[in-house]
Amino acid sequence: MTETGKPRTLFEKVWSAHTVRDQSADSPAVLYIDLHLVHEVTSPQAFSMLRERGLRVRRPDQTIGTMDHSTPTTPRNALGIIPVADAMAAKQLDVFSQNCSDFGIPMYALGDEHQGIVHVIGPEKGLTQPGMTIVCGDSHTSTHGAFGALAFGIGTSEVGHVLATQTLLQNKPRTMAVNVDGALGDGVTAKDIILAIIAKIGIGGGTGYVFEYRGDAIRSLSMEGRMTVCNMSIEGGARAGMVAPDDTTFEYISGREHAPSGAEWDAALANWRKLPTDDGANYDEEITIRAEELTPMITFGTNPGMGMPITAAVPMPDDEADYNKKIALDKALTYMDLRPGQKLLGKAIDVVFIGSCTNSRISDLRQAADFVNGRKVAEGVRMMVVPGSQQVKRQAESEGLDEIFRAAGAEWREAGCSMCIAMNGDQLQPGQYAVSTSNRNFEGRQGKGGRTFLASPLTAAASAIAGVVADPRRMLN
Amino acid sequence: MEKLNHIQGSIVSIPVNDIDTDQIIPARFLKVTDKEGLGKAAFCDWRYLEDGETPNPDFILNNPAYQGASVLVAGDNFGCGSSREHAPWALLGAGFQAVISTDFADIFRNNALKNGLLPIIVDADTQQQLFSLADEDPSTTVSVDVEAQTLTLPDGRAVSFPLDGFSKYCLLNGVDQLGYLLALDEEVQAYESKHPRRVATTA
Ligand code: SF4
Repeated sequence: MTETGKPRTLFEKVWSAHTVRDQSADSPAVLYIDLHLVHEVTSPQAFSMLRERGLRVRRPDQTIGTMDHSTPTTPRNALGIIPVADAMAAKQLDVFSQNCSDFGIPMYALGDEHQGIVHVIGPEKGLTQPGMTIVCGDSHTSTHGAFGALAFGIGTSEVGHVLATQTLLQNKPRTMAVNVDGALGDGVTAKDIILAIIAKIGIGGGTGYVFEYRGDAIRSLSMEGRMTVCNMSIEGGARAGMVAPDDTTFEYISGREHAPSGAEWDAALANWRKLPTDDGANYDEEITIRAEELTPMITFGTNPGMGMPITAAVPMPDDEADYNKKIALDKALTYMDLRPGQKLLGKAIDVVFIGSCTNSRISDLRQAADFVNGRKVAEGVRMMVVPGSQQVKRQAESEGLDEIFRAAGAEWREAGCSMCIAMNGDQLQPGQYAVSTSNRNFEGRQGKGGRTFLASPLTAAASAIAGVVADPRRMLN
Repeated sequence: MEKLNHIQGSIVSIPVNDIDTDQIIPARFLKVTDKEGLGKAAFCDWRYLEDGETPNPDFILNNPAYQGASVLVAGDNFGCGSSREHAPWALLGAGFQAVISTDFADIFRNNALKNGLLPIIVDADTQQQLFSLADEDPSTTVSVDVEAQTLTLPDGRAVSFPLDGFSKYCLLNGVDQLGYLLALDEEVQAYESKHPRRVATTA
């Protein structure tokens, strides 16, 4: 089944290298999974299913667990322990520990020096590598595509399938090239690129596709920036987003805990270099964005597609020709308590959240710390900084970033999903406005009745200092 | 999974586009370790007032006329957002057997099919017609034939909907897909013997 001669996309290459059985008229393809990430929230029912059927985990050695979603991020007590106040969360964490230990899966528990958000720890441990298939019961698994892996979120039944068989039934998605050409201006970041893409295509625009992000602006991003972009592929409806691996990728992986070394590194590298899309390969769809036209972005509504340049005004529902879209916009503005045509710049805010698998890595924290250094968080604003992993936390502390944040009046927390999902005690109060570096602004996502403006760490930091939605470009030194 | 071939039931509509999984079931209900009892959390933040308990009289699912509806008609792009299978579990728990929209988010559709909740894709005109029918007459009933892949409206018009052959087979026969994958063990072993593992988490 060699397709020598026929130019192929990155996606095609990874897909065909993992088909245990090809797709047919009667059944989807059976895809082999190289790495399965599990966490406490979407796995318990899958483990129960294994127990009911007397099944084992086929490849515990290709599976890894971490606690992240329902874990509190409150600072440790005098004994160095992070107390779990919520009884249901505590039970869920216990069940997860038990499952991982019963089935032989290595797992990082709350407080462990390796614990963190599942999509932060995969790359940081060198487990995420080019050309792999990676799944997790979490839609932001798309993050790992930044390495040229095919990575996507699955439901709990599928978590059970992968645990038991290391395979998944999958219909082959279509491909979309997402070109971001040119160079970004000052104060414009990876987060702004992806918010602009989603604003352009809408939250259902990528349904059924795998994105491949291409172009100079993507190539010039760091691995962490690429992860930010790939992370939010799902917010455009695509289950996966990929970036072809290059020297930036290889440099990032080299020397990490699970990275190959010696002769194995050379062999891996030779394979990885074959992964990028061949010249002349076709995509089912293609879109292009000019990087120099981008500005810092912010969302105004209740889904990530409702985004705009930070200097723009909230759109007018009456200008919307499509009736359903008009209704949706009306509903969103009512929930957000915003007026049509209103500018967001200068809008007073209550909370700034820097964290989540989108923007909680060391470069995000450095950028935010750099901005707040020597400044003070505006009175009445709560700024939370939540590192994505214990490793990120230690790194930040070794650089003194925690001190900078504290001196500015921000909270420095333990690692976890925190206020991104508001199921762990960190949440907005009804009616509060937050500028958040996370990925979802759905109604109630950050706490019942809470209102979220999604933005970059830079915009979030600028807004924390100003106490209102602020354009970081006007405050850069 | 139970076999699913025919659905006959009354409809209720939530004509909102892009209903995300955080609306279908808010994250604070995800601290469970089983699938039971999630029905009362379905659309929780729309369904109950501030206190989280008092039914919101303005929300359609609380309207006595629509009690017992088993087919939900929704706006475009239903189920976007997270991969939580709690979303179909909650809808099933709330008594729904099918959801009708013009489009579904990928993961939601997969999750729904694996639990016997049927996602039915219709064109925008049919969707609008169903919105009006549900509005005008809460007793409006539709019937669904999975085998024939048709949705029959009260006026007798049968609208066909897409359904991949494999999912259809699984629904009609109550087959769950894990059994299918387990039976491929030899092929998986053959694959593994030719493709050494890429990383070892236990190392
Ligand atoms: S940080 Fe948010 S989006 Fe990321 S895995 Fe956690 S809950 Fe999901």
